[in-house]
Amino acid sequence: MSAVTRFRTLKDLPREDYLTPGGTLCAGCGGLLAIRLFHKVLGENVVWINAAGCVTIMMTYPLSPLKSNWMYTAFASAPAGAQGVRDALDVLVAKGKVPKTEDMKVVVVTGDGAAYDIGYQATSGAIDRDLDFYYLCYDNEAYGNTGFQMSTSTPYGSASKTTPVANGNPLGNTRNKKDLFDAWRVQGAPYVATLCTSHGVDFLRKVEKGTTVHGPKLFIAFAGCPTGWGFDPRETVEIEKLAVQTGTWPLKESVDGVVHHTMVPRRLRPVEEYLRTQERFRHLFEPEVKTDAIRRIQSTVNRYWKEASAAEGFDVQAVE
Amino acid sequence: MTEQLMTGNVAAATGARLAKVDYVPAYPITPQTEIIETIAWWVADGKMDTKFVQLESEHSMLTAAGTAALAGARVFTATSSQGLLYGMEMLYNISGWRAPMVLVNVSRGVAAPITLEPDHNDVLAARDSGFMQFHAETCQEVTDLVLLAYRVAEDSRVMLPAIVNLDGFYLSFTREKVSVPEQSKVDEFLPGYVPPHPFSASKPVAKGTSVMDGALYSYFRYNAHAASLKGKEVFAEASKNYEELFGRAYGPVEGYMLDDAEYVLVMSNSFTALGRQAVKRMRQRGIPAGLLKLRMLRPFPRQEISNSLKGKRVVAVFDQNLAPGLGGILWPEVTSAMYHTKGRPDAVIPVVGALGGKQTTSKEMESIFEAMLKVGSGASPEPIFLMRDTELKRVQQLVTRATKEGS
Repeated sequence: MSAVTRFRTLKDLPREDYLTPGGTLCAGCGGLLAIRLFHKVLGENVVWINAAGCVTIMMTYPLSPLKSNWMYTAFASAPAGAQGVRDALDVLVAKGKVPKTEDMKVVVVTGDGAAYDIGYQATSGAIDRDLDFYYLCYDNEAYGNTGFQMSTSTPYGSASKTTPVANGNPLGNTRNKKDLFDAWRVQGAPYVATLCTSHGVDFLRKVEKGTTVHGPKLFIAFAGCPTGWGFDPRETVEIEKLAVQTGTWPLKESVDGVVHHTMVPRRLRPVEEYLRTQERFRHLFEPEVKTDAIRRIQSTVNRYWKEASAAEGFDVQAVE
Repeated sequence: MTEQLMTGNVAAATGARLAKVDYVPAYPITPQTEIIETIAWWVADGKMDTKFVQLESEHSMLTAAGTAALAGARVFTATSSQGLLYGMEMLYNISGWRAPMVLVNVSRGVAAPITLEPDHNDVLAARDSGFMQFHAETCQEVTDLVLLAYRVAEDSRVMLPAIVNLDGFYLSFTREKVSVPEQSKVDEFLPGYVPPHPFSASKPVAKGTSVMDGALYSYFRYNAHAASLKGKEVFAEASKNYEELFGRAYGPVEGYMLDDAEYVLVMSNSFTALGRQAVKRMRQRGIPAGLLKLRMLRPFPRQEISNSLKGKRVVAVFDQNLAPGLGGILWPEVTSAMYHTKGRPDAVIPVVGALGGKQTTSKEMESIFEAMLKVGSGASPEPIFLMRDTELKRVQQLVTRATKEGS
């Protein structure tokens, strides 16, 4: 973490809210909470660039809960929309047609469907062009807005509407979650971070660090989804916290390609504790316990932390 | 004002330069590429004070173009064929955003089969997108229509994007003399763009928001239609002003030997030159032939077409495009424009030709007039497909070769 930070404890959370209450999103939406925190760090001068997803519905004419600018583009091309706004502001400020005081931060906000799948090409292009922008992906690990179909972010063993649990398909989704963090990092983005609202100070500091970086700054926020994952809306932050404590959602950042884990779970809690909280994993426990599948998920987590420990020189006690 | 020899592509780039565009997002595709190469060179060489950015696809290119226009930049870009179709979703978005910008399309047949030379299936696929469409026959028209398109698109009564179309190869790579408008006069004709509600730190705006109400959605769509129709009036005003400043007049349609004509060929774009030749030949034979060129396709100049063709005996519409299962795309549009007109022609003959830039002779165009001469009232709605005997023979030989050598 940077030596100088505005955020030492959660009490340092800015009081200003740029997202008013009473919006149209689901109760307990982890994505909405992530956007709210993100905005607190960035301050008021922001243009949000959105691709199709749950958050799109937040802005339904003529109402807006946002105190900043908003632009809905298309499913596949929010980063290109950011390119147009960033370039236009740059050229218009340079030509003196727009005063410098009207300049703003350009922030893409999409779900994982856009970030991992249909908008992957446009994101790759924006990283390659060293576009000075923020990308906030609220990752609820499926196409939430269309009713929870699998995306390439959906984890192994999760049920979804397009990987339904049935006699011929007892495990639900059998592909592994795509590693978007590494994909972005390897392409040369100067700053990439994972976020979780259960770890607020870590969250705020990372966004703060992003504000000091020029170029593409990419954030993946773990976003509990009560309707899609199947849990009570009041449990969002607790379940997100379990994901971190079980090592399922590693909190880390990459500065110029060098990875650093910002929250090391010294003693991993069993993934089972996390999986049991959600309907999407219920078939792993009922009618009988799918021991092999759970073991596979656990060993994937163990292996991840073994490699991370070796690379960074910390100790993590795995779950056997 | 200077006269220069330039290709259609350079004429398009020249229009963008004279319009002092702020931003050019680009992506290469044949036969449009010379436009963005020319602009890239001018920007690199300091001849244009413009931000030039190469995107990773036409879909992204058009997205960036639209959002930049909403932020207040004057935006220019260009594409062709597959590129236009790849970015098609964004055309509807950009017009729905009411973001004025100019897109030059250099026409090229659409795959499959993949090809390079022109027909108008690409640009006509965008006919319902909300973009206005201006089609150029000559290099001079390309430059002039780019400037006119900005003036109409940015007018507060319109606020819609526009496509200027030119044919690939036949115009894009053909050098013609272009009278280049003087910059100071262009500045007078086309002052800088002042966006009505750009993104702003002090006055935040929301754009492209969702509308979950059919009546509200209909309202915005009706509005776009009304704005496009307004574009016709604004084009007329702009064109008058353009003529005063530069001495060239442009209407939404243009007649050739039309006044006393009884047999009229309707067509657009660069092949119109061949149509004119055919008219001249027919006139030499004493046949009252004429031609109507369509320059503006959206907004559709229904009234102007109907007025121009009223009282003519027979009309033929030359469609350089094909909608399989329908025929040509413009034939039903032109025909419907005249349906309610008293004294409408006895027959309107549909003709399809020059697909994929098929070499077309003046003789083929004359054959259209022959068909008009033969027809009584109530011509067949099934199109005449142009192909010469020698071409047909060659095609048959090639197909035979492919099938024989492959078996």
